[in-house]
Order: sequence, then C-alpha cells, then structure tokens
Amino acid sequence: MIHGGNPALELDGVCAAYGPYRALFGVSFSVQEGAALALLGPNGAGKSTVARVVSGLVPASSGRIRVGGSDVTGKPAWAIARTGLSHVPEGRGVFDSLSVEENLVLSLRRRAGRRNLAASLERAYARFPLLAERRHHRVGTLSGGQQRLVSLAKVLVVPPRVLVADELSLGLAPSVVDDVYAAFADVRRSGTALVVVEQQVDRALGLASTAVVLEHGSVAYVGPPSGARGVVAQVLSRRSRPGSADRR
Amino acid sequence: MEQLLGFAVPGVPYGCAYAVFAVGLVLTYQTTGVFNFGYGAQAYASAFVFAWLVDDHAWPTWAAFVCAVVVLGPGLGLVFDRFLFRRIPSTNTTAKIVTGLSLLVGIPALLPVVFGNGNLVGAPSIVFNPGTVYFHLGAGVPVNGTYLSAALFTVAMLVVLVLLLRTTHLGLEMRAAAESSRLLELEGVNARRVTATAWAVSGLMAGIAGVLLAPTEVTIQPQDYVTLMVAAIAAAACAALRSMPVAALFGVLIGVVSLTAQGYLPTSSFWYSAVLPAFPFIVLVGALLFVPGLRRLGQATDPLSSVDPPLPLPAARARGREIDRIVRTGFWALLFAFVASMLTWMPPAWETVLNQGMAYSVVFLSVTFLTGTAGQLSLAQATLAGIAAFTAGQLASHLGLDFLAGAVLGALAASLVAGLLAFASLRLRGLGLALMTLAAALLFDVAVFPAQAVSGGTGGLALESRWLPLDLLSSNGHAYFLLAFVVLVVCAGAVTLVQRGTVGRFLAAMRGSELGAAGVGVNLAWQRVLAFALSGALAGVGGTLLAIQQTVIAPGEFNYQLSLAFVVIVVTTGVGTVEGAIQAGIGLVVLEQLLQYAPQRMQGLAFVVFAIGALTYAAHPEGIVELEKRRWTGRAERALKRLRRAPAPAVTGRP
Repeated sequence: MIHGGNPALELDGVCAAYGPYRALFGVSFSVQEGAALALLGPNGAGKSTVARVVSGLVPASSGRIRVGGSDVTGKPAWAIARTGLSHVPEGRGVFDSLSVEENLVLSLRRRAGRRNLAASLERAYARFPLLAERRHHRVGTLSGGQQRLVSLAKVLVVPPRVLVADELSLGLAPSVVDDVYAAFADVRRSGTALVVVEQQVDRALGLASTAVVLEHGSVAYVGPPSGARGVVAQVLSRRSRPGSADRR
Repeated sequence: MEQLLGFAVPGVPYGCAYAVFAVGLVLTYQTTGVFNFGYGAQAYASAFVFAWLVDDHAWPTWAAFVCAVVVLGPGLGLVFDRFLFRRIPSTNTTAKIVTGLSLLVGIPALLPVVFGNGNLVGAPSIVFNPGTVYFHLGAGVPVNGTYLSAALFTVAMLVVLVLLLRTTHLGLEMRAAAESSRLLELEGVNARRVTATAWAVSGLMAGIAGVLLAPTEVTIQPQDYVTLMVAAIAAAACAALRSMPVAALFGVLIGVVSLTAQGYLPTSSFWYSAVLPAFPFIVLVGALLFVPGLRRLGQATDPLSSVDPPLPLPAARARGREIDRIVRTGFWALLFAFVASMLTWMPPAWETVLNQGMAYSVVFLSVTFLTGTAGQLSLAQATLAGIAAFTAGQLASHLGLDFLAGAVLGALAASLVAGLLAFASLRLRGLGLALMTLAAALLFDVAVFPAQAVSGGTGGLALESRWLPLDLLSSNGHAYFLLAFVVLVVCAGAVTLVQRGTVGRFLAAMRGSELGAAGVGVNLAWQRVLAFALSGALAGVGGTLLAIQQTVIAPGEFNYQLSLAFVVIVVTTGVGTVEGAIQAGIGLVVLEQLLQYAPQRMQGLAFVVFAIGALTYAAHPEGIVELEKRRWTGRAERALKRLRRAPAPAVTGRP
C-alpha cells in the first residue's frame, strides 16, 4: 500500500463551539494514507471535539476539512461517513438495544455491500471468536471491553479510508489494549489513515508517525512523535499551576 | 358458557381498538424513541376528516380514504417529526413527553376550529358491512361485520409491523435510530430520513386505525379517543413498550374483560359504577408497579448526547448589574400599578379574569416547583387541586368548618396524596412517573370526583357564603382580590425561599443527576416524596382559591385534561422561574378572555395556542418567555453599551 502519498484527512484552521462555548481555535493538521497520527493533550483540550468535527457530529464554525482531497465541511455526519471516514466515539460506540450481529450487519451491509455481508460477518467472527459466541446477545449485556471488540470488528473487516478512534483503549485491561493496538497496526497496513485520540501517551506515540498536542483548543505542537513527549509534559505541568486554566 | 361468550364477543372490537393503538404506541416508541401521547389524536384527525369528507361532502369512500389516511396520516407524522420531535435533544425526556401531551391536548381542540363544530355521526365501514351478521359463534352469539373487520385488521397490522421491524433492514435502522440517531449517522445512514420514515409509517397506522375503528363508535368525539388511548397505554405498558404481540394481547384482554365484567356485575353496585370505568387505569398502575422493564423507561440511551450544547442560564442570572437594577425597578412599578388598578379602575369583568389568573398562578407554581426545581413530571396537579377543594368543601358542609381553615386541611390532604403517589412510584423515572401520575389523575376523575359523597354529582358542590368570612364569594368589593394576591405572594415567596435553601439545592442536584446527587449523600427517595408533597400542598392551596373564585367546586374543573394542559402551559412559557408560573396563569386567563371576543368556533383555541407554544418549546426547552427575556436582556445590554460609548468619539477601532 501507499505510504506517505496523498493526505487522507486535512484540517485547515478549524474552529468549533458547543452553543456559546467555544472549544476549538484554528486547528490544522493532516494525515497521509497509511499513516498514523496521535492526538494528545490534557482533559478538556478539545481532542474529542476534533474527532467530532471531523466526523460531522459537531459543525465547524470556520475552517475547512477535507477527506481524500474532497471538501466535507458542513456536510452531515452520514455523508462524511460515506466518504470512507469512520469515527469510533469515546465510550460506547455500539447500539445497546441491538444484538451483536445486528450491530455488525448495520455497519457491514453498507460498507461491504449486501452480497459480501455473510462473508464479512464470518471474517469478523473468525477474528473475534467471542463475538461469534455472543452473536445473538444484546450488546448492552456485554462488558465494556467486549463492546469495544464489536466496534473494532466493524472497522477491521472493511478497513475505512480514515479511522478516527477516540480513546478506544480507555478503561480496558492491558491485554485488551494490546489487542486494540494490534488491530490498529492491521488497518494501517491496509492503507487506512489513523487518527488516535489517546490518554496513554507512550502507547500512542509508539504507533504514530506524527503527533499533535492540543492545549485549550489550539495546536501546541505538530511534528514527529519524538518531540511530542516534552511538549505533553510541559502542557500538563502548565495546566496544574493554579490560575492557568483560564488564561485563554 | 353461552352467556360468557355473549358478553365477551362484543368486547372484541373494543379490545382490538385498544390492541391496534397499543401496537402503534410500541411501534412509535421502538422506532423513534418517543412515547407518542398524540397517537390517539392523530387517529382522531384521520377519522374526523374521513367522516367529514364522506358525510358532509359526499366524497366516494375510496377518495376519502386516500385523502384522510394515505395522505393525512403519514403527513401528520412527518409534520410532527419535522417541526417537533427532530428538534428535541435526545436526552430531554421531559420535552418529549410534554410535546406529545401538547398534541393530545391541541389536536382535538384544533379540528373543530378548522372544520367547524358539527357533531359527526360514525364513519362508514369500509371492509365488512357493520350491521350484517356473518356467522354465529356457538349456538347464538352473532358475529357481525364490525367484529370481523376489527379482528382481521388487528391481526394483519400486527403481522406486517412485526415483519417490518424484525426482519427488514429498514426496521433494523429504525430501531437503531431510536437509540441514537447520531451513532447511526456515523454508520453512513441518513438517520433523519430513517426517523421521518418511522413517523410516516406510524402516522399511516394511526390513520388506518382511526378510520377502521370509527364505526364502532356512534359519534366521533375526541373523548372516545382519549379513553381509547388510556386503555392502549395500559396495554403497551404491560408489554414494557417492547413487544408488539404482547401489547396486542393485553389490549384485547382489557377490552374483553371489561365488557364481560360489565355483563355480569349488577348495574347498581359500586364495582359497576366506580371500579369498572377505572379498570384500564388499574391495569396501568399494576403494570407500572410490577413490570420491571418499565423502570428504566425514558432514560437517555444516546451515548453521544454530550454533543448537544448545554442549556443557557436563566435571563435573570445572566444579566448585568445595571440591567438588573432597571428590571427590578420596573417590576416593583408594575406590581404597584397592578394592585392600584385592581383596587380602582379595573372593570369588574376583567378583575374577575385576573383574579382567576392569580388562582391559576398558585396552581402553576406547583408545576414550577415540581418540574422546574425538582425535575419531576406530574400529570396530576389539577387532581391534587381538586382533592384540596373537595376536602375543604366537605369539611365546611358537614362540620361547618370555616372554608379557609378547611383549605389548609385540604392542602394538607393534597400534600399527603401527592406524597403517597411519589412513595408508590419511587422506582419509576421520567416517562414511567408521568404515566403513573396520569393514571392516578384518571382514577380520581372516574372513580372519586363524580361520587355523590365527594362532589354531590357532576353539578358540583356549591359554596355557601356562611362558610367564608368577609363576603369573599361576591364579586362586589375587592376582598377576593386581596386574599388571592396575598396567597400568591406568600406562595411565590415560599417557593423562592425553598429554591434558595438547602432543600432547593438538594432538588437541583437531583434534577441535574440522580447518580451524582446520591453520591454526595442526597436521600433521593425522601427528596422526591418531599418535592411531591410540597407541590401537592401548593396545588391544593391554588385549588381552594380557584374554588372560591368559581363559587362552585365542579369535578370538570379538576379533570386530567386540565392537568395535562397545566404542564404544557407552564413548561412552554418557562418552568425554571417563579415569574414563569405567574406569567402562565395570567396569560392563560387573559387569552381565554380575549378569545371571548372572537367568533364562536375559536372558543377552544386557548389550549391550541399553548400547544403551538410547544413548537418553540421543542427547540428552546427553557421556555418561550425565558427565551425572549434573554434576547431582550442581550439587546438592552448592547444598547446600554452603545449609549456609554457614544459620548466618547475617540474610540474608533472596531473589535
């Protein structure tokens, strides 16, 4: 697959707000096909908002977002998803009231096509035998880690063009986190551009080819992962100083 | 056996009607996440238009069917989706319930305004001829066309809907959209279109149900559809709003059991006159208490709800100090002007109207307190007001107790009933709680208030002037105004104090997050009972005040429809503040009085106006008055700034 070819995802001076509360101030970065970007920063820096703006859940108030070179700014979330961008939101990203199989069908039928549905379901179950066992259980009865596996199965079977994973490893057992990162490596090999929002800085930096550090909704650092560690430490220490939170 | 069948078979069409509506409720809930209180109103609209076209305008049956069912049914559903439910944030359960209620209140009131006041005779049947007896069951139980079409249609609808929901991909997408439309969008599905389709399907079903079931009623009246709705709600609750076949089964059972019982019970007995009409409500209460699936009902399921922006602060708290001073001065001036005008030049007709508005304001304060402060929804506030009024009335007539002293005892009684109601429904939240209070209100409406011992029949209990000091009953002089004014001020002050005190903080914490409040040591059960009890007392005080103003305590003044209207009215004007309740009370009576001057058919429009207010409510859950206040505060603040800047021309740089 192509590494370092065309940008799969580009953000250009993106601002966003929740009602009157502004959350992002001119965020810019880009990810190449088959590359991985780690999005780091303290709580409340705007990491999840970046993920939401990219997938269209929160509208950008200014700036441009391009997926695979075409402008998706202002498009509804479903139209952006159809351009091949997949956003796994923070926390629960699956439908509680539906069964495991229904969750997979909902996602795979559109992306793999109706004809390949059965084959791709089989692939998902082969990759995660646990899900095959539970295929008719309601997802709400699964544990948090198992629910995360359902989310992963959806993107692994048909790798998207861009995968935005928001804290996918949060609260998982270390062995499951290993699974998650193995899955990331897999989809990346198939040409997916990865944006990984992460609290576990070392884990993310080990995977990524680029790092972006956010602070108070702005980009504090863009560059190779090696330089990010220092910035993250700096940002965190600045944050812990009293009275620094409302400097902006 | 023969006799049993003879009583049970006529129950089938009723049971089928309940079943069809119950299935519709479950369908709408499963595919849109909304408990559609307006479903019966939708069916009524289709039936009304169908009968109107066929009877009054001699349309051919098929053309009327196309117009009233195929076009109007889904059309209404789409309108509800587009203008109401789509705008409500997915986590705002209260907004969904109130919007549904406003449809229930608004549509039957609106139809006569649009189509005239004619009392429509039952619509023609379109499948089997209703009068014809097709065969006999057993030896002598005739089965006519009405029974046949009802049974056939119920089964057909059930099969089609279960297949749609469980086996098709569209059904899967609809169920997913009901849980979280945003999560569905992330899968590349146009969730809005899916939800709109769900509303159209549900509207079509409501239309068909309305038209097909209309022949079972002699005349088409909104009241019939409300009764039908309650039985259907009970059946749907028995199925935990999840399974359509179970809902249908319970619907048929309720119909058959009540008609069978009606056949066997002697007509003069207490069971016949009080318990039988209340049977659906008893089933509903039972379901709410014992069906475990209902306890989590109406809780937010959307994991992406944090994408919605937070609610804005109330205008009173967001405004600057100068604006605050101006507003406060204005408020005192207005208050003084109001009292002065009422005592001097106000025409008696308008004084009566405003007096009534103040009594309503006290009742509305109970809604403000319960919903705005404690975050609980009660659909029984008018009932609580009635309990207090009847208690005071009976104490006065039997024991010769002063009515004002009786009012205090009555308010205590209302408070006790409210507390018991809260205690009984401690495990219920949101929608479950709303349904429980609705069932209680209906129970009182049907079984308690009309009883001879309570109200002396439907005419009501007339107040006698010897029960009251100071000539309060007569409209001469200003005694009543002074009483109502003092009571309103005391009640508003009490609510404000409670809101600011410890209890208010606890309740606000509970409103914000039950889990969080419990985590910091708030006893949720006790706070809920307390909030209901206080609100019941307020409603009771307002009810007795209203009774004095009306000079007669009539059951019709305290029925469940008023309870629904109260909640809709208060919540759409602004439930967060004490002023909101007073604005709502005065607004309601002034609007009703102004409509007196309008043509005859516009009379019922006051509720419609507030139901239309719900249109804005969907987008602005803080209330329309609150929204306008915030806008005007913003404008005033900008104007002040400009005034300040004007004398200093040196400032040229634009920010």
